[in-house]
Amino acid sequence: MTVFVIRRFLQSIAVLAVTAIIVFIGVYAIGDPAEMLIAPDASAAERAQVVASLGLDKPLWEQFGTFIWNALHGDLGRSFVFNRPSITLILERLPATLELTLFGLCLALIIGIPLGLISGLNPNTATDEVIMTGSILGFSLPSFWQGMMLIMIFSVWLGWLPSTGRGQVGELLGIHSSLFTLDGLKHLILPAINLSLFKVSLVIRLTRTGVRETMPLDFVKFARAKGLSENRIVFVHVFKNILIPLITVIGLELGSMLAFAVVTETIFAWPGIGKLLIDSIMRLDRPVVVAYLLVIVSLFIFINFVVDVLYSLVDPRVRIGEAS
Amino acid sequence: MTPVLDVRNLSTQFMTRRGVLKAVDDVSFTVGQREIVGLVGESGSGKSITGFSILGLVDPPGRVVSGQILFNGQDLLKMPPAAMRTIRGKRIAMIFQDPMMTLNPVLSVGTQMIETVQAHDRVSHTEARQRSRDALGLVGIPSPEERLDSYPHQFSGGMRQRVAIAIALLHRPDLIIADEPTTALDVTIQSQILFEIKRLATEFGMALIWISHDLGVVAALADRVMVMYAGRIVEAGQVDGVLTEPRHPYTSGLLSAIPAAVPRGEPLRPIPGFAPSPLSRPSGCAFRDRCVRATEICSTEPALEIAAGREFRCFHPHVERAA
Amino acid sequence: MSITALFRDDVMLGRLIVGISRSPKAILASVVCVVLLLAAIVGPYLTPQNPFDLAVLDILDSKLPPGSESMDGLVYWLGTDGQGRDMFSAMIYGLRTSLGVGVFSGMVALLVGTVLGLIAAYFGGRIDALIMRIVDLMLGFPTILVALMLLALLGQGLWKVIFALVLVQWATFARAVRSAALVEKNKDYIEAARTLGISTPRILIGHLLPNCLPPLIVIGMLQVANAISAEATLSFLGIGLPITEPSLGLLIANGYQLLMSGEYWISVYPGVLLLVLVFSINIVGDRLREVLNPRLGER
Repeated sequence: MTVFVIRRFLQSIAVLAVTAIIVFIGVYAIGDPAEMLIAPDASAAERAQVVASLGLDKPLWEQFGTFIWNALHGDLGRSFVFNRPSITLILERLPATLELTLFGLCLALIIGIPLGLISGLNPNTATDEVIMTGSILGFSLPSFWQGMMLIMIFSVWLGWLPSTGRGQVGELLGIHSSLFTLDGLKHLILPAINLSLFKVSLVIRLTRTGVRETMPLDFVKFARAKGLSENRIVFVHVFKNILIPLITVIGLELGSMLAFAVVTETIFAWPGIGKLLIDSIMRLDRPVVVAYLLVIVSLFIFINFVVDVLYSLVDPRVRIGEAS
Repeated sequence: MTPVLDVRNLSTQFMTRRGVLKAVDDVSFTVGQREIVGLVGESGSGKSITGFSILGLVDPPGRVVSGQILFNGQDLLKMPPAAMRTIRGKRIAMIFQDPMMTLNPVLSVGTQMIETVQAHDRVSHTEARQRSRDALGLVGIPSPEERLDSYPHQFSGGMRQRVAIAIALLHRPDLIIADEPTTALDVTIQSQILFEIKRLATEFGMALIWISHDLGVVAALADRVMVMYAGRIVEAGQVDGVLTEPRHPYTSGLLSAIPAAVPRGEPLRPIPGFAPSPLSRPSGCAFRDRCVRATEICSTEPALEIAAGREFRCFHPHVERAA
Repeated sequence: MSITALFRDDVMLGRLIVGISRSPKAILASVVCVVLLLAAIVGPYLTPQNPFDLAVLDILDSKLPPGSESMDGLVYWLGTDGQGRDMFSAMIYGLRTSLGVGVFSGMVALLVGTVLGLIAAYFGGRIDALIMRIVDLMLGFPTILVALMLLALLGQGLWKVIFALVLVQWATFARAVRSAALVEKNKDYIEAARTLGISTPRILIGHLLPNCLPPLIVIGMLQVANAISAEATLSFLGIGLPITEPSLGLLIANGYQLLMSGEYWISVYPGVLLLVLVFSINIVGDRLREVLNPRLGER
């Protein structure tokens, strides 16, 4: 187990290093870093000062060293627009994005797993057909357009829910979240649905495939022969087997949801890091863009690492196989 | 003494795209209390489906279409699903062929045993665990207490089959149906498991249906044997009689195809041809295309003949000592 | 030998077609796909106006609801946008761009992925390990994240978008081709071709490739649908296509601000078209996947 975690951790570091190199190449080698990282309206003196501080006059490998060194110290440059460290800007907005993503993920599971179970337990029926066609529709719906339609229907026409922004944030046990106030929940629900719909389709398909692959297996028949109730068979025996692929994929999808939050946040004006990214791209605030990329990739790699460790906890074959 | 199990005119069919498959065709037999009955046949003869039919575990598109299955006088086929569930695992237990596949890989052995206890008896977790541990000890698994927390993949094939047997024994059922439980195991393990089951069945006074394609195994174990071919029982009787003086040509064919049963120097005589496709069985005796004794009359249905404790379906039975 | 390969291939393609013809849903979706493809090809002959010819646009005609009539008698069945463009015409042109970018990037990705996948499978060893390492790395990251990274650093533009789409798609093809080719590689006819002294590229293209085709067709369809969706998303975010190449995504984005004031048609109709396009391709692709992978029984 420990060996597995350590090995997996080293792999994560390696991927992170590769990404850092790619971002570095993107900023320093392909583009003109002076233009990218120095505000367009900077004076010649300021320009020279930044060039010196970034070491842009030094050889490339040395610049890379400085880049990594600074990054390790949490220094990812200063925003031109806000004139504050870009990492601070991102960390300020990260909770809003995490809240949106995690809530969306929960929605995807709450809606997707039951539908997938229904579909998988009643294969080739009309219900199954409807659910499966619905799931294809779900991942064919361009998420930005789907978000706009949600706004049009629930905010403009019905007037039930607010269309933009994050609501009041409540506090419970030291955690700040929109989940704890009614206003916050009202603001959260549409963006979360928007972000989750794509994943609902995926969860349905995974669950259905899992059920259909597991149900004909001998151990299910044996469980029946033992006289277990159908509920116990489906929710313990079958479900625990499905859980393994589900956790892996969900974990990977959490990363993609974090990235997709860019779209949702733009449509619903949700004050998270995704909206910050698009705003920064529009304002040519490149240090923030670079910081966003590094933070999101680190986050993504961290999630993958956690998922792998979790996976080994759920599947006894992996867990014990590594120990012995 | 009433039999534990009395199967009458059981037919199980599979509705497939290419037609109706008669897996079990008008099968009748009884299993007496404490009796060990061997059910022998080639793969596809319907012997496993017979076992699953008794427990009501035939998967769609298969279905029991007619007959009665009287278990202690009660017709299992008329039982509502909830009542049937209280029979399965409690009064009738089953052991499957492949021990690698019968245990859930992601649940510990203890969990899979305790749930079986609690599915039928309202007992505490501690007591259920106690009973599970005792059952593991009974089937010869060393340090059962620790093994309860192990997962199936940490056991060898033979050990897993012992676990499956322990699960079957948890409620001391009246009847155990064992579907080729030794086929997937090494030869040395096979005989261990074989005698373990025989010992336990005798010890607890359980009746046993042993499904196998191996006449040799059945000879060593069973009181009575039934030979199935193409969905039907073609011959049944006491083991000694059937194996030494087979009446049906198929039975004698099976016997002369067993390497160990044929004296050294004499050639093995495999049965020519293949079992007919279950989708298009010939009318009359299904064996007639492979039978050297077949005549015109075999294209009509042979009646079940009962003579001196022997039953067989054949127009031209062996009367003298065969093989 | 190549006859055997072709024949096997024929059987597979035949199976795909039969598979579609057995599902009414898939037949309908295929018809929609073909109609949309034709509409995109003959687009300029179909539309009442060229929405990018500023001479025919009249700002007085802007934001007209569906069914309105223009000064010169032209009926705007789907209304007009903020610049007084006929929505129907703009959508057909948008469809051309969206389909064009999706299909083109899909084809290039297929080509790149196929070549690398075949090379990996055929040569094996270190080359295989290197290519597959990169494939794993690429597939480990979500499509949208890679495209975002790239376009955030490069800026918007038609070729940049295509480059980004190819970059995020090729790995899927490479993996599929490699696994299909590995299955075929050890079969007798490849060995026979090799002993006959047929050159490596000919074995790769003439023998291995045809057997990889069926899965490639399926993945290709699903990837094109993905690419169209991804391009629309990137364009909507303002980091995809420039305003001079208005795809469906950009048309929808243009209507976004007007949605609140009730001019719904400007973003709803292009959105519906985009949805129908992606949905149909996905239905056909999904059906083909079921036919190719009958493990779970025919649906």
